[in-house]
Amino acid sequence: METVEFMGKTFSVDEDGFIDEFDNYCPEWEQWVKTVEGIEEINDEHRKLVVVLRDYYEKNGIAPMVRILSKSTGFKLKHIYELFPSGPGKGACKMAGLPKPTGCV
Amino acid sequence: MIDSKERASKLSYLPPKTDWMDTPTVYKEGMYCYAAKPSRLEYMDAPYPKDWSCMDEDWQLPENWKEIILEGMKERLEKYRTFKIFMDICVRCGACADKCHFFIGTGDPKNMPVLRAELLRSVYRNNFTKAGKILGRIGGARELTIDVLKEWWYYFFQCTECRRCSVFCPYGIDTAEITIIGRELLNLLGLNIDWIAAPVAFCFRTGNHMGIQPHAFVDMLDFFTDEIENVTGVRMEQTFNKKGADLLFICPSGDVFGDPGTFTCMGYMILMHYLREVHGLDCTWSTYASEGGNFGLFTSHETMKRLNAKMYAEAERLKVKWILGAECGHMWRVINQYMVTMNGPADFLEEPVNPLTGTKFENAKATKMVHITEFLSDLIQHKKLDLDPSRNDRLKVTFHDSCNPARGAGILEEPRHVIKNVCNHFYEMPRNCIREQTFCCGCGSGLNAGEDMELRMTGGMPRGNAVRYVNELHGVNTLACICAIDRAVLPTLMGYWAPEVDVCGISELVANALIIPGEKEKTENLRGEPILRKDVEPDEWYTRPDFPGREE
Repeated sequence: METVEFMGKTFSVDEDGFIDEFDNYCPEWEQWVKTVEGIEEINDEHRKLVVVLRDYYEKNGIAPMVRILSKSTGFKLKHIYELFPSGPGKGACKMAGLPKPTGCV
Repeated sequence: MIDSKERASKLSYLPPKTDWMDTPTVYKEGMYCYAAKPSRLEYMDAPYPKDWSCMDEDWQLPENWKEIILEGMKERLEKYRTFKIFMDICVRCGACADKCHFFIGTGDPKNMPVLRAELLRSVYRNNFTKAGKILGRIGGARELTIDVLKEWWYYFFQCTECRRCSVFCPYGIDTAEITIIGRELLNLLGLNIDWIAAPVAFCFRTGNHMGIQPHAFVDMLDFFTDEIENVTGVRMEQTFNKKGADLLFICPSGDVFGDPGTFTCMGYMILMHYLREVHGLDCTWSTYASEGGNFGLFTSHETMKRLNAKMYAEAERLKVKWILGAECGHMWRVINQYMVTMNGPADFLEEPVNPLTGTKFENAKATKMVHITEFLSDLIQHKKLDLDPSRNDRLKVTFHDSCNPARGAGILEEPRHVIKNVCNHFYEMPRNCIREQTFCCGCGSGLNAGEDMELRMTGGMPRGNAVRYVNELHGVNTLACICAIDRAVLPTLMGYWAPEVDVCGISELVANALIIPGEKEKTENLRGEPILRKDVEPDEWYTRPDFPGREE
């Protein structure tokens, strides 16, 4: 596993840049993902997505499906892509400190 | 990534100047998947978990790795007669050479099925045949070295085990089985890919590839229940883990989680509600056996057996009559070709008979598991479903025979019979790329990851172009399939090779055409797209700019 040093913190990340542990997420991690994902500024809508994702993951041990994410935030998929150019799975989940989904998806 | 036109124009089938044994394997970016994380292997008690990358010089192999592989080969040559025969009988006629989608898409000779097999066969000759021991390289034999091992890893994870090549082999060599053994040998050294190892570990732990726990599984289906109510006006509650239900229903978890499979999942739910309300047939879901797929097939026979067992354990626990299996791909190869000798016979279940029509599913006598399109086809034949195919009139549909149901289980007619009864516009792709000759999506057998996109787009080229052909010829806008990996990967492949085409499962088409007791007047299908307006001719509407999906 590779490590990333940023704002005085050290993170272990996988090949796609996802954090190794859900619990290692912190505000500095968000800032790091902001820079690698090419996001200009983290606004309230980014934060809302992160909160919803982390909350769902804590309850269910899995990221919400895109349609649930869309419904519970009120953001259309297109808008989520505007917020996170690499999409809900690769962008938003990464910022929220969730692992990548696997299987037939 | 280069665009599809450029990719097609750059294709070359000129072999390298050097002999294949002297041509070194160069790992190319986008053509391989990431290595399995140690935690996945540890969970399965699989050997030699390690934090590694295939690009590392040192693969952290145990000192006696060669012994392990050769001993593993010996064991398997004794255990699997097919493996022994397939190692011995190839005459290198070349009939399979240009049948592989990966060869067609890459032009790399080591993607010819004959040569892929030769990678392993050369070591077999060297260590297990007299001629090979005496003649050496002249006899097509070579030493097992670290470079050979790395070559195996690269090319055995560039085969989707789709078995198209085996259709053309005059000897009936099943090259997929050679890949299967090749991967099994690599797994003896902990050399899997993460996209396979993770679903395996999840499935063993929670019952499905995604790692969906029981409460989350119910939560997801509840979400669909709300969505279905919005579209149809009918609330269709499902039952879970219900003891004494008539049938246990098992679907791939990809349909529960990922679009557009989720619409197929809603299709299953509508169908189950319909069967309960109209015919009194009780189908239940399981939150324990919540996966049809079996990534064990891509790992080792042992892993496959361990993962397959749960379906039958759950069917026995719930005391159902038999199992109804959904639109899953490789599940059907495992069920049809391995289950009976692996975990069977499942004598505690009944020989499947359709309770509504009396039809005996003779082919499922031993496995006790019926494919949903066989079941649907039978219901339609006996007029047990009230259907209005005109609701799908905006769709011009073609059917992608998903490799494993087609070649692994012989499901060829039933899907077509169902589609033709729920859609008015059905067009076949050219005959040399459908039915048992179907072209793979290029992403099966666990290669549906994100990092190997080059491999996926090259391997999917034949399928993509066949779809594009019917798109240009007939205006086909919908590609139906019966596999969750297909539904996950074909949208990306279509985006690349045939951008006007959407992907769906058959159950979604059925559910959209089904007239449900108490439903409101339907104006939209499950995707929220408007149903064709009755006053417009399909062909005319298809050309109009306000046709759904046209803008953007």
